[in-house]
Amino acid sequence: MPLKILVTAKRVEDPESKIKVKPDGSGIVTEGVNYKMNPFDEIAVEEALRLKERHGGEIVVASIGGEKSATEIRAALAMGADRGILVRHDGPLDPMVVSALLAKVFEQEKPDLVILGKQSIDDDQNQAGQYLAERLGLAQATFASKTESLESEAEQKKEPGVKLAPDGRSVAVVREVDGGVETLEVTLPAVVTTDLRLNKPRFASLPGIMKAKKKELKELQAAALGVDLAPKVVVKRLESPPSRKGGVKVQDVEELWKKLHDEAKVV
Amino acid sequence: MANVLIVAEQSGGAIRKATLHAISAGRELARRTGGELQLALLGKGIGALAEELAGYGAGVHAADAAVLEHPLAESYAPVVAEIARAVQATYVGAAATAFGKDLLPRVAARLEAGMATEVLGFGGNGAEVTFRRPMWAGNVLAEVEIATPMKVFTVRATEFPAAAKEGKGAVRAAAVSVDAAALRTRYAGFKEVKSARPELTEARVVVAGGRGTKGDFKPIETLADELNAAVGASRAAVDAGWVPNDWQVGQTGKVVAPELYVAAGISGAIQHLAGMKGSKVIVAVNKDPDAPIFQLADYGLVADLFKALPELAGKVKGSR
Repeated sequence: MPLKILVTAKRVEDPESKIKVKPDGSGIVTEGVNYKMNPFDEIAVEEALRLKERHGGEIVVASIGGEKSATEIRAALAMGADRGILVRHDGPLDPMVVSALLAKVFEQEKPDLVILGKQSIDDDQNQAGQYLAERLGLAQATFASKTESLESEAEQKKEPGVKLAPDGRSVAVVREVDGGVETLEVTLPAVVTTDLRLNKPRFASLPGIMKAKKKELKELQAAALGVDLAPKVVVKRLESPPSRKGGVKVQDVEELWKKLHDEAKVV
Repeated sequence: MANVLIVAEQSGGAIRKATLHAISAGRELARRTGGELQLALLGKGIGALAEELAGYGAGVHAADAAVLEHPLAESYAPVVAEIARAVQATYVGAAATAFGKDLLPRVAARLEAGMATEVLGFGGNGAEVTFRRPMWAGNVLAEVEIATPMKVFTVRATEFPAAAKEGKGAVRAAAVSVDAAALRTRYAGFKEVKSARPELTEARVVVAGGRGTKGDFKPIETLADELNAAVGASRAAVDAGWVPNDWQVGQTGKVVAPELYVAAGISGAIQHLAGMKGSKVIVAVNKDPDAPIFQLADYGLVADLFKALPELAGKVKGSR
């Protein structure tokens, strides 16, 4: 049974970029910072591609943000997603706003499955998928993972970790929880959020990048969707965490033991 | 006056330790705002646990029903939201465990509340509470304000002390109006990763290994057992399938703050450091003298972990 899947692609600071707080604490220094798709969203896109390769269907990729967020949608299209929707909104976002806007996209597109990164690596809130599921009255399977490792044969074969039931009405999702892994079966449509070990996202191929340029990318104006766009979680001030001073190098285990046992008294 | 509701977490017939840290956060908020602290406990056959929880001096709202046997966000969220409304809670919180992170945003959506995840502490003045929380993998600390009437949060357990028992609260049965037949989520099993060692986020000592182990965690585990420590791992070691997922320490894994953290064969990627830099004493053992981990380790030893760790384990053994 073909699946229509909605995935997200948020534009975030590259995790390899050095993040520094502005002296007045009003934001971060953006000069010299690169941007890319949220790594957890890349995993979401990859999972959607694997499900489509297995079952057929369509992948719609959505992003919310300024005009530059089109870059991240194109990146997902280059990986193989079919078309994009950019919800234009300049200004701060919080998971309440994001989930309200995604709920509107959901109502327009009526997908069978929504797959989002479990968190974006800028605000690290880990909320949007759960808010979305509740708003839509759907089941949620957060922190999707799989039992096989990322070096396993199943991963080499690019098998989806999210398993569609034979009757096509639900998916089984292995979740990372404290003390082990849990499996949930959720009725479609459903919301899934991805954890790190669900898959290794593919790189876009050159033909993929060329094709992506011709794929449909629709723009919606957030202000026209009838959603309260005022963030409810308001950042007042940012600061750098207290820096930790490096300590001393010890010559050998003997000296290390003395430091730990006699000086720090932790063992 | 602003009442506070803390959602407790239980598994395997016990209250999770992380909950005790969340109770401390709840007490702090209640004290500041002049409100009352209340606790919610959900599950099946939880009568005795509810009584135990009442020993922390707050009223316990126990939702005990077959439909709540497994902690499904879909069935738990409406029950928690109803308790929150019944006790007129302004603040609804839990520990930032997998359970709390899964459930609380869904509760927040139901209460039309904004939420702060992984809170490290409270700021602001008097009853005007702000939340301190990490962003960008802990590279930035933010002070945030939640502008909705009800405010939801999870706390990083290591940032608040474990609550001690004091007084005796009343246990009340909470209404459960979840229709099992209408649920869209079905629990289909749990695979426990068993360990005789202390839980990673609760251990006094953590010994962690990374790429430098080349997949052989023996020296890590031997030292850990000598120190009665939990075993942790870097993302590289977990991704390689060498060790279970839930050993991962880091921004995207578990955040730990033990008294002693031994990082062996771990270079110290930003995302790993975010998960352990709150540790009191950090020891790094690495063959590479330029490994970034040395920049924040209190004691750095440039050595082969396969030689150094067994030697250290021998010292520990000999000292007893």
